[in-house]
Amino acid sequence: MAPDINLVTLFIASIFTSNILLSNFLGMCSFISISKDMKSSNGLGLAVTVVLGFTGIINWLVLQYILIPFNLLYLRYIVFIIVIAATVQVLEMIIDRVSPALYMSLGIFLPLITVNCAILGAVLFIEIRKYNLMQTLFFSIGSGLGWWLAIMALSAIQKKLQNAPVPAGLKGPGITLITIGFMAMAFIGFSGMVNVQ
Amino acid sequence: MSVIFTAPLIVSGIAAVLAALISVLDMIVNNYGIVKIVINKGKKELEVKGGANLLQLLAGNKIFLPSACGGRGSCGACKCIVKSDVGPHLPTEIPYLTKEEMDVNTRLSCQVKVKKDIEIEIPDVLFNVKQFEGVVEKIKDITHDIKEVLISIGEEKIEFEAGMYVQLVVPPYGKIKGETQRAYSMSSTPSDKNHIEILVRLVPGGIATTYVHTELKEGQKIKVIGPFGDFHRSGTDAAMVCIAGGSGMAPFKAIFNDMYENKINNREVWYFFGARTGKDMFYLDELRELEKKWDKFHFVPALSEPEESDNWSGEKGLITAVLNSYLKEKISTETDREGYLCGSPGMITACKSVLTDNGIPLEKIYFDNFA
Repeated sequence: MAPDINLVTLFIASIFTSNILLSNFLGMCSFISISKDMKSSNGLGLAVTVVLGFTGIINWLVLQYILIPFNLLYLRYIVFIIVIAATVQVLEMIIDRVSPALYMSLGIFLPLITVNCAILGAVLFIEIRKYNLMQTLFFSIGSGLGWWLAIMALSAIQKKLQNAPVPAGLKGPGITLITIGFMAMAFIGFSGMVNVQ
Repeated sequence: MSVIFTAPLIVSGIAAVLAALISVLDMIVNNYGIVKIVINKGKKELEVKGGANLLQLLAGNKIFLPSACGGRGSCGACKCIVKSDVGPHLPTEIPYLTKEEMDVNTRLSCQVKVKKDIEIEIPDVLFNVKQFEGVVEKIKDITHDIKEVLISIGEEKIEFEAGMYVQLVVPPYGKIKGETQRAYSMSSTPSDKNHIEILVRLVPGGIATTYVHTELKEGQKIKVIGPFGDFHRSGTDAAMVCIAGGSGMAPFKAIFNDMYENKINNREVWYFFGARTGKDMFYLDELRELEKKWDKFHFVPALSEPEESDNWSGEKGLITAVLNSYLKEKISTETDREGYLCGSPGMITACKSVLTDNGIPLEKIYFDNFA
């Protein structure tokens, strides 16, 4: 049974209170490595949002109409990954053709998203929390936007940090991890407001 | 039905459907129709089917850019200037380009996908580059690991300057799928326009060298693309200090024979050839013969580790040491000197510093890097 939750609430919650990055710590690797550059962060955020929106829906359909009827839930990991990889491939081809400019700005990030754990994580949440189709749509796009927001926030902070008097030993990844910790604390502060489970 | 059957069937079914979807979409989406490539401001215009990379499309129309790796983006030779906007430089191109090259939008043609009409600039000499359908006329072992391969190109003619190179097209063989191209300096003289001679040293694990040493037989057909390269004798009358090792002999053999044939006697020529032991040394008799008939030519072979059985009476030691002592004691500093190097990257770097230490400026040192 799908949880009884308002679509707008779910959307807002997946962006802010249950931010996939800062409350679930998914998709950290690209988050840390890409956030040094604001333009790339923007591209990657957009790519994650688009891919998550599509794969969420497609995987929900695969789950409901193939995996559950045939009682093959234990194969979900491999099937989800296959679907994500194929979706990324298809999106890459379409974007390349329709909008070369967008394709260029996404660059290498689009194929990299195949192995971004935020995507697989969100898809698994959809399965565990038994969302229905509309909830899946709002949750996936919301999670993508949340990831986008988080990486933009971090890259903005990083930009400020470039001129900050950071102790030599903490320069680079050290101060980044501390910053992420503070951001996570701020976001977790919202977490009691809505329950998405 | 048992789950043993349904589970693999369904997983492979999903994968198959997705794969089919991707390939159908690929056919529709990646169909760019006919696009136009304008070369050197309209000197040549090509109409080609879009979607493939620039290097392939040009080769399909008999315009051959140099490419030692055959389009994998690992040699950086297939540079050309792209006048149209084809997007920013890819991470695969950046390591091979200098800042000046990037400023005029020089690209690696194997990494540029042609999706719309584009305008490019290539050196005019590349219009002379042709693909020759040759036949192996003779293969000779000149040392234990170097073969001299003579390729006849029949009625066709190759026009080149001594010192330039060709690319050998190695067909798929054994476990090697797909064609491979590798660059070899020509050791034949430019006056013989119907033959191409190359020296191939066996590199363990090398695709092309293994092919030449184990598969290639006399009478067999082989494709050769060329000529390429800017390694050749300068027009000055400065003394030429030439240094080579191994199959680096090839361009010098061509250059010296060409000079002797054309009676170019306005400059001193010093040729240092380094090898490890007697069995790595070759063409000794021919070069000593040349030294006898041509008074300006001086041949200095050196062995770094001569064995008893070699009965070596020539110079001993590393080629850099021999070169250094000759530059200091024997080669006149009255006239200008120029350096010509061909061999392994390590040898080239070492000899370059010996030459510059002895007062030959870097811009007067020409080399062919067989990386």
